[in-house]
Amino acid sequence: MNWKKIRKNKNFIAGSILTGIMLLLILAGCFYTPYNPNTMDPSAKFAGVSLKHLMGCDNFGRDIFSRVLSGSRTTLIVAAGTVLIGVVFGILIGALTGYYGGVLDEVLMRINDAVFAFPSILLALLFISLLGSGKYHVIIALGIAFVPSFARIVRSEFIRNKNMDYVKSAKLQGAGDFRIMFVHILPNTMTVLLSAIMIGFNNAVLAEAGMSFLGIGVQPPDASLGRMLSEAQSFLFSAPMYALFPGLTIILLVLGFGLLSDGLKNE
Amino acid sequence: MTENILEVTDLQVSYPVSRKTPFEKKKSIQVLKDISFTMKRGEILGLVGESGSGKTTLARSILQMIPYEGTIIRNTVQPQMVFQDPYGSLNPSQRIAWILEEPLRLKGGLSKEERVQKVKTMLQRVGLEEKILERFPRELSGGQRQRIAIAAALMLEPELLIADEPVSALDVTIQAQILALLKEIQKEMNLSILFISHDLRVVYEMCDHVLIMQLGQIRESGDVEEVYFHHKDPYTGKLLKAAGIETA
Repeated sequence: MNWKKIRKNKNFIAGSILTGIMLLLILAGCFYTPYNPNTMDPSAKFAGVSLKHLMGCDNFGRDIFSRVLSGSRTTLIVAAGTVLIGVVFGILIGALTGYYGGVLDEVLMRINDAVFAFPSILLALLFISLLGSGKYHVIIALGIAFVPSFARIVRSEFIRNKNMDYVKSAKLQGAGDFRIMFVHILPNTMTVLLSAIMIGFNNAVLAEAGMSFLGIGVQPPDASLGRMLSEAQSFLFSAPMYALFPGLTIILLVLGFGLLSDGLKNE
Repeated sequence: MTENILEVTDLQVSYPVSRKTPFEKKKSIQVLKDISFTMKRGEILGLVGESGSGKTTLARSILQMIPYEGTIIRNTVQPQMVFQDPYGSLNPSQRIAWILEEPLRLKGGLSKEERVQKVKTMLQRVGLEEKILERFPRELSGGQRQRIAIAAALMLEPELLIADEPVSALDVTIQAQILALLKEIQKEMNLSILFISHDLRVVYEMCDHVLIMQLGQIRESGDVEEVYFHHKDPYTGKLLKAAGIETA
C-alpha cells in the first residue's frame, strides 16, 4: 500500500473519513453525553429538534442524541466482540483444515457447513434461547454464527499458500508446523481477511440491531440502535425523528465499513 | 577430500494415481527407477533432462520431502534448496531482513545483534546493498530476488545445496551473473551443489560431473567433457544436438 495508490482509492478515503467521524463521535460519547442517556424528563417528552436537544427527545423525555451515542457504542462493542470471536476461531479452524487437509479437514469442514447452513440470525436466536438474553450472550451467540464464514476464507488462503516454495524452504530451514502456519502463512492471508473483517463487522452491526429490535439483545433501559428503533416504531407518525436518527446512524456505520472493505479489496 | 557427500542406491519413487471412486484398485506411477549415483564433496553435479524426466522428484527425495524406496546416504547437515521461481520462494509478506534472519532464529542460540551481523555479511557475499533489507520481495528485481534466495539458503551454512533450475526464470544477462555468483560461493565455502537444469550449455559451464536423465532413469553419467564429447548413449546425443552443441 502506498500513498499515491491510496489517494486514488476513493472508496477507501470516503470509508475512512466516514468511519473515522463515527468512531470519534462514539469515542467522545464514552466520556461525555449532553444528558444522561437513561434520565427521563417528563417535561421534555417528544421534544422536537432544538439546540437543547440536538435530535429531540423520546416518549420518556430522554435525549435521543445522548441515547444514539451510547447506543452506537453498545452496538459497536457487540459487533467488535462478535467479529473477534469469529476471526479467532475462524483462523484456528481455517489454518488447521487448510494446512493439514485429510480427515481433519473433512470432519471440521462438514461441521462448519452444517453451522453455515443455518441463517446466522436464526442460529443466534437458538443460542440466545439456550443462554438467555443480554449483551454478552448476544456476542457469544453471534460470534459462533460468524465462525464458519471466516474459517472458509482462511482455509482457502491456506490451501493456496501451503504448496508455495516459501513454505517448502521454511520447512527445509527447520520451521515447525505451527510456526509455518501462524508466522509464515497467516500474514499472507491478511489482505483477504481484513476485507472480510470489515464485511463481518457490517453484518454484525446489522445482526445486533436486528436482535435488539426483536427484544432479545440489549435489555432496557440500556440503549442500542436496534432497541431504539423497536421502541420508536409505535411513535413512527407522531415522532418520526425518534426512528430516523438511530436508523441513519446504522446506515452511516454500515456504509462506512462497506466502503472501507471495498477500498481494501482494491489494494 | 574425496569423501562422498551423497550416496544414492536403487532409489525408486512412485506417486499414487488419484482414484475416481474409493472402490478402484490403488494404482501408482513410477517416476524414478533404479537411480544410483554418488556425489563428491565440493563438486558441482549437473542433473540434466527434459521436463518430466524426474529431476525435481529426485531433488525432493534427497531432501526427504517425499516418501521413497531405496537408500539415500547424506553425509551432511540438512541440505538447502534454491528454487526455480524467486517470486514464490520468498515470503511475500515479510521484509528481506526478516526472511534472511528466519533460518538463524529457527536454529536458535544467537543474539539479535549476532543474527543481524551474519545477515549483513551474507548480503555482502551475494553482492547486495544493505538498504535492500527493509524492502519487501515484490520490490526487488528477479535477479535480486534470486540472490536473496541463495543468501537465505546459505544462512545455515549447508554443505550441500540443491539448485533447481536457479536461472531459468531470469533473463540471459542476469543468468550469467547468478551463475558466476554460485560458482564463486561454491569455491569460497567448498560447497557441493546439485545443479538441476535443462540447459546443456549452462551445465557445461558450471559442472564437474553430469547425470543425464530420461523418464525417471539415468541414461548416462560421468565427467562433463567425457559425456559431452564422447557420449555413449544415443539420447545424450539427441539432447546435445537439440541444444546445438557440435560434438563431432
